[in-house]
Amino acid sequence: MQKSRISSSSASKPSDYVRYAPSTILKAGTPAPDFTLHTTPDQKVSLSEFRDRPTILAFYPADWSPVCGDEMTLFNEILPEFEKFNAAMMGISVDGVWCHLAFSKDRKLRFPLFSDFEPKGEVAMKYGVYRREDGVSERALFVIDKDGIIRWSYVSPIGVNPGAQGILNALESLNSQKEKVGVNKE
Amino acid sequence: MAELEEQGEIAKLSLPVSIKRDHIQGKSDARVTLVEYGDYECPYCGQAYMIVKEIQKQLKDQLRFVFRNFPLTQIHPHAQQTAEAAEAAGVQKKFWDMHDILYENQQALDYYHLVEYATVLGLDIERFNNDLFSHVHAGRVREDFISGVRSGVNGTPTFFVNGVRYNDSWDYGTLLDRLLFIIKQKQY
Repeated sequence: MQKSRISSSSASKPSDYVRYAPSTILKAGTPAPDFTLHTTPDQKVSLSEFRDRPTILAFYPADWSPVCGDEMTLFNEILPEFEKFNAAMMGISVDGVWCHLAFSKDRKLRFPLFSDFEPKGEVAMKYGVYRREDGVSERALFVIDKDGIIRWSYVSPIGVNPGAQGILNALESLNSQKEKVGVNKE
Repeated sequence: MAELEEQGEIAKLSLPVSIKRDHIQGKSDARVTLVEYGDYECPYCGQAYMIVKEIQKQLKDQLRFVFRNFPLTQIHPHAQQTAEAAEAAGVQKKFWDMHDILYENQQALDYYHLVEYATVLGLDIERFNNDLFSHVHAGRVREDFISGVRSGVNGTPTFFVNGVRYNDSWDYGTLLDRLLFIIKQKQY
């Protein structure tokens, strides 16, 4: 009796979308993937524009969570502490530019929000922090040094706002290492 | 450089509770200490205020409660001044009375109401006004705020139970259960 075999060639190929989604967050020592995204309806900004400054990249699931001190509001409040390190603060979620605009106005944010909207979650995927089942990014933090290398990364449980202490520790470490051996450039 | 941090790392109170500087209700030998970082203009803190009061009634001597400032000045225009007003009441030995009045009147935290509350509490108004206008207590409020940042405060209110950030829901039932659990543990 012949078993019927389903030819593997008739199965659909995994799309680039699926293949391109790493399962783990990028770790310290990895160069931070560059990206160019809308920060306002008519302005696009690249991560590489912030070369020569430490950068804090905060991925978060969505604008408008119903709490006073949500993550972006919190970082906005703590901004002066980040600025002591000359660090640039950036938020990034899959929300569209108009949503970001309204949210940013409402919370009086003083740093840009990047719109990882089209292709959806592509930058989050590059950083290993996209939640495909939910269609939003993880709550993940990256501290990138002025040479574009990730120096610290952290994923918080999706319901827990991580706070700023990890970021501040990482920025302090960057400072104390400034005089030490230089980074391996690719 | 720092390794990837473990998920669910513990956020700890960076500035230990001290009777020299903190506003405390309850004794040092209470079985459990609850620290709240709060903002007087935050509605969630307003809810938490009622919940803490109920819990204090339930736990009595077993609970020590500490309040520290964490004003979200960018989104709450009155938060900073109100925090300073509570501290100003504090140097005149009426911190908790003022704290309570403020949370009972969150929709009225403008300067004129703050003076009204100070008057009701029998404070020296000249001194109170001077404290506010000279921002005598801004440094203290900032010290609270920075200690909160350093401890991993991640919103308002943020609670610490025996020095560890509390991540669960702070609704009455859940928070009370957690405190009771810790109290029970300490009996062994």
